[in-house]
Amino acid sequence: MEATINNENFYQYKGKHKGILGWLLTTDHKRIGIMYLAAMITFFVVAMFIGFFMRLELLTPGQTLMKPEVYNALFTLHGVIMIFLFIVPGLPAVFGNFFLPIMIGAKDVSFPRLNLLSWYLYMAGAILAVVSLFTGGGLPDTGWTFYVPYSIRSTSNVSTALFAAFILGFSSIVTGLNFIVTIHRLRCKGMTWFKMPLFVWGLYSTAWIQILATPVVGITLLLVIFERFFGIGVFDPALGGDPILFQHLFWIYSHPAVYIMILPAMGLVSEIIPTFAKKTIFGYGPIAMSSLAIAFVGYLVWGHHMFTSGISDTSRAIFSLLTFIVAIPSGIKIFNWIATLYKGSIEVRTPLIFVMVFIFVFSIGGLTGLVLGSLNTDIHVTDTYYVVAHFHYVMFGGMGTLFFGGLHYWFPKMFGKMFNEKVANFSVVLFMIGFNILYFPMFIMGYLGMPRRYYDFLPEFQIYHQISTIGSWVLVTAILIMIINLIVALKNGKKAGSDPWGGTTLEWTIPSPPPLENFDIEPEVTKGPYDRV
Amino acid sequence: MSQIHRDDFGSKMGMWLFLFTELLLFGGMFLLYAAYRFAHPAEFVLAAYRLDVTLGTVNTIILLTSSLTVVLGIVALQRNSKKLSIFFLSTTLAFGLAFLVNKYFEWGAKIHHGIYPKGPELANMSDGEGLYFGLYYAMTGLHGVHIVVGMIILAFVLVQIYKNKITSDNFVRFENAGLYWHLVDIIWIFLFPLFYLIH
Repeated sequence: MEATINNENFYQYKGKHKGILGWLLTTDHKRIGIMYLAAMITFFVVAMFIGFFMRLELLTPGQTLMKPEVYNALFTLHGVIMIFLFIVPGLPAVFGNFFLPIMIGAKDVSFPRLNLLSWYLYMAGAILAVVSLFTGGGLPDTGWTFYVPYSIRSTSNVSTALFAAFILGFSSIVTGLNFIVTIHRLRCKGMTWFKMPLFVWGLYSTAWIQILATPVVGITLLLVIFERFFGIGVFDPALGGDPILFQHLFWIYSHPAVYIMILPAMGLVSEIIPTFAKKTIFGYGPIAMSSLAIAFVGYLVWGHHMFTSGISDTSRAIFSLLTFIVAIPSGIKIFNWIATLYKGSIEVRTPLIFVMVFIFVFSIGGLTGLVLGSLNTDIHVTDTYYVVAHFHYVMFGGMGTLFFGGLHYWFPKMFGKMFNEKVANFSVVLFMIGFNILYFPMFIMGYLGMPRRYYDFLPEFQIYHQISTIGSWVLVTAILIMIINLIVALKNGKKAGSDPWGGTTLEWTIPSPPPLENFDIEPEVTKGPYDRV
Repeated sequence: MSQIHRDDFGSKMGMWLFLFTELLLFGGMFLLYAAYRFAHPAEFVLAAYRLDVTLGTVNTIILLTSSLTVVLGIVALQRNSKKLSIFFLSTTLAFGLAFLVNKYFEWGAKIHHGIYPKGPELANMSDGEGLYFGLYYAMTGLHGVHIVVGMIILAFVLVQIYKNKITSDNFVRFENAGLYWHLVDIIWIFLFPLFYLIH
């Protein structure tokens, strides 16, 4: 064993392999986190531009830019990339990998090699998704939900896309498994369960959903592949199969997946707020437990995606009730965050602005979710732009906003550089404006009856579509400014100290960027994660 | 790289978590089985008569015995008897292979009679029977894949025992491989009655 040189950070460390191999064969959780980050930003930008072109097509009725088939392929791709490659794995894979071990005072995750395998599975799934575009019968055009029987009949390259999603699920399972074992086994001295930072609690709840829900969608997608190749009949109505069963199995995963996306984001809010309110978190226990409660109840609400699919009235009523119950633990979090801010000496810096944007847009998304969760109103707006607006407010406004919020919060730690805060603040505000111009008109046109996933529309909807498209220009500009600002900071940013924001959790006690083994001396925890002495 | 850190308890915990995911993977198909059996009870019984109970029973005995030999292999290694351990492990692999050979003949006979999805005989059957055989092929097929994977894992363990990388004081990988093999076994214990025995 060679001795660790203390003043060397993990970027400078020269291991067995040099250059690019030092990254591709690394088992360092921090390097793996950075590799995820690079991949994810790339996919996000690609999917963002796909969305941008979809909006451009919808500027005028009829054909503006592309053929209907291309439009169908684009919304499928936008969904598949955003959901499976960005939103679901985003926070756990990037920030979970980088910060989970540091926050619990460990040197790495429990299974570092599995961790690297998980990255390779992720990349394999991503590459397969790209391959599905250029081979076989053309671009997959089923939408990201792959509903049967169309996904069985479509002559486009659906099987490859399904298999890509299957592999991505596997990657997600491996990450979840790794995190659970890490949290159970590698907490440092004094790091009891209730001294863990709340982001770790978010990751812990998420990891359980990843493990318990992902296999179900795995088998479902696999069966659709079997159906396409062999015609086993389990989902094909022509052979006696039941398409509704597909929907059940699909949403048994894909609804909990919504909580995979949001729980780490909520954990992140619980990190950022105490740091900038300069006081300890209010209601630590309830926030931690509400994560578990959301994970648990979130498991039992999938039926609300199927209110109009033809399931029984009894089950619809039960699913509707359970859906409302999720609002309780979510509300507990919101109130505790606000109580934390109350009488704090608040310092408004970039990450906190992100959190405020999050609370605003996520509340709109959450409240409109209640409209969709109640049976009678749902029937009016189901499968319209109302739904599109709702899940963009929740997913993009929730997880997406905080992905960038987290990136700004931890950027100094990850790269050791500070970004230009003025430009960052400007881009967040612009982001907020563009976001609302883009998605808010969708609520209105959805309520008026504009169906989702349509290539064409009636002239009366044109004004809403046009406002929305203009919003997309603003939003894309904001995101590009945000990303370029960070890239510039990578090169020219001022050196960040070990604790530029005044955070209290363990990651702020070590140098930025962290040394190879995170801690030179194994830390010992004696106080709560947000206690200020 | 970071210092070698050994945590047998953690490794086993990871394995158990992985087994949960496998159970849920098959759980999705068991759910489909339950739903379709409920919808077509008579057709499922009719279709079940076409399976060869003897072959199924032989395969059940083979798998159960192979689970026993895996355990014996671990115990032998714990008692420092490398040769015996390798013997038991090889026996397990042989049982796995025997299972697959049996399965090959069983599937082969079905396919020969035209009982497979899109096959001539299956086309004459009712929807319920078609679903039964669709599930039969999907579930036993996926189970067969797991047998193959289990055998590959056990073969790795065999090599590592041979090379003294798995020893009487470091055998957690063997135990984990054994756990996986038991899982494959236990899934079969459910598949067997559901497809062969319920008449």
